[in-house]
Amino acid sequence: MRLRGFVRLAQLEMIALRLLIGSIVIASLANGVMATPHGLIASWPHRLTAAPQAQPRRIISVIPAVTEMLFAISAGDQVVGVSSYDTYPAAVASRERVGALLDPNVERILALKPDLVVVYGTQQELIARLDRAGIPRFEYQHAGLADITITIRKLGERVGRAPEADRLASAIERDIADIRTRVSGRPRPKTALLFGREAGSLRSMYASAGVGFLHDMLEAAGGMDAFADVQKQSLQVSAETMLARAPEVIIEVHASAGWTSQKIERERSVWKALPSLPAVRTGRIYILADDLMSIPGPRVAEAIRRLARALHPAAFAAAFAPQALRRAPPQ
Amino acid sequence: MTPEVVLPLRRGLPIVALCFVAMIAAILIAPFIGSTPLDPGRIFSPSIAFADNVDAQIFFVARLPRALAAALVGGTLAAAGVVFQGLLRNPLATPYTLGVSSGAALGAMVTITFGAAWPLGSVEAASLTGAFVAVMVVYFLATARHQGLSSTVLLLAGVTLNAFFSALILFVQYLSDFAQIFRALRWLMGDLDVVSYRPIFSALPLVVVAFGLFARLARPLNLLTLGADAASTRGVDVERAQRIAFFGGSLATGAAVSVGGPIGFVGIIVPHLVRLVVGADHRLVLPASTFFGAAFLVVCDVFARTILAPVELPVGVVTAVIGGPFFLWLLVGKRA
Repeated sequence: MRLRGFVRLAQLEMIALRLLIGSIVIASLANGVMATPHGLIASWPHRLTAAPQAQPRRIISVIPAVTEMLFAISAGDQVVGVSSYDTYPAAVASRERVGALLDPNVERILALKPDLVVVYGTQQELIARLDRAGIPRFEYQHAGLADITITIRKLGERVGRAPEADRLASAIERDIADIRTRVSGRPRPKTALLFGREAGSLRSMYASAGVGFLHDMLEAAGGMDAFADVQKQSLQVSAETMLARAPEVIIEVHASAGWTSQKIERERSVWKALPSLPAVRTGRIYILADDLMSIPGPRVAEAIRRLARALHPAAFAAAFAPQALRRAPPQ
Repeated sequence: MTPEVVLPLRRGLPIVALCFVAMIAAILIAPFIGSTPLDPGRIFSPSIAFADNVDAQIFFVARLPRALAAALVGGTLAAAGVVFQGLLRNPLATPYTLGVSSGAALGAMVTITFGAAWPLGSVEAASLTGAFVAVMVVYFLATARHQGLSSTVLLLAGVTLNAFFSALILFVQYLSDFAQIFRALRWLMGDLDVVSYRPIFSALPLVVVAFGLFARLARPLNLLTLGADAASTRGVDVERAQRIAFFGGSLATGAAVSVGGPIGFVGIIVPHLVRLVVGADHRLVLPASTFFGAAFLVVCDVFARTILAPVELPVGVVTAVIGGPFFLWLLVGKRA
């Protein structure tokens, strides 16, 4: 009898632990995980909180896309803390790390004595603590591509770099418009844009679905999203769904850079298991391994351009460099 | 020689046969059901090249491996559930009670998180390795200071290891980025979309060995329900039987989890349903649970991939939705 009671307890404990793990992850999903730290989620209008200061000198950003924006509008010198995922631009290496979207380190943030913290709209706990500490914050959320330049302009106003921000945002908008013009009128291939797949197999495939940043990028690049009818940011795709949708082009974006050509070749050949896919027959499988592909920041036009080049190589036969890139210092 | 707990075999055999037929029927019918309508004429048409035949590819590449994987995983988990319930003499034991699944989960999680930086092989291999480590730790903990395998000590060791590995999983998740956490979570929910026959074939030898061990367990498990002492006076080598049950059950669980992730509740619902029908004789419960478990998971997977199509539910969610209330009924209803 004692034993049985113990087992019951043990079972409950196990279930509790599973629930704990589950709830942590689900909470992070609710925060827009597929969004990755960079945030590709549903949004509400931008809100300015606390009285705007002329030019904050000690800014903290907990999201890579925001960090990139700040550096791109010449506010890099004002940044004292960045997220633990930041790698670009190189100057972030010298900044203090303060956690990220889901796990901001409030203690370190407070210790840096910031005069502005840029937070994502879902970081309610961090927001509450900043308010209690009386630290000004800039809050934003992204639903899609159009929000990027909106955020850049608002952020620029807030940090005293409005002209620079406006120049950057306009350049990005021009670049995207230019790409749209180049691909307009061309047939839009049905494209599966994947952002995850188990290495070496066709298991656990995740695709961009009908809403959100990746979907908008694909549309801007002149592709037709094979999963556009699914009103979600992302979708786990089974082999059957893939075969049924029969995409003409498959583009995989991976956040980790530095794939060797052998690795890319190896991962492309995995698709031979589904030979009837039009993309497999014509060999139109592209693997783009670079973090800029999934960061909704100032390099978004370059990311769209890479998609567009894969989708419409003929449209980019002539030399073409987007304006935002021409302005940016070489990395 | 026949002890009193054993019911007449003859009455139960037709039910075992029925479960077998259900399994075969489920495996044969499931590939024809799905979100995309298939034309049976085209699937088997010899005049269309396989590379051009979408219907055949959906049938043979997407659905058939899935049905087979579901049958393999479901049957194996159900049988392992029977064995663990017998070994621990506890109706609430599952294949995951002794830490095999949390070991497997830790292995999978480490590969998902660090695999890119530091190639550790496939997720399947890593989960098997993790399961193996967990089994060995539990075994040595349980035998270190005790003669034989005391089920109390096994439980203590297993549950503690479950808790410890869950903590390590949280730690690894903390180091993961968002996409990895998402993948890891989906792995924990269970996923049978194997897309090739390779994971099935690589797990098959382990499953065959495990069932070879199970085949020798039916009688000892019957006698063990009377208690270790009673069994030993009836000529059962208790220690040996316990060891076979422990390693056989763990091997089966590890293999099943490596194919489909830790799909929950199959290992507890199926044996109990089967016992309701055939009684407690392990010579009937083991094969009937195996076949019925296979059929059950194949059907659950059909639901998982069709209910919300084109969005797919993880099959573990389906089994949990069915299994959770059942588990509670077992806990409350049978104890009242």
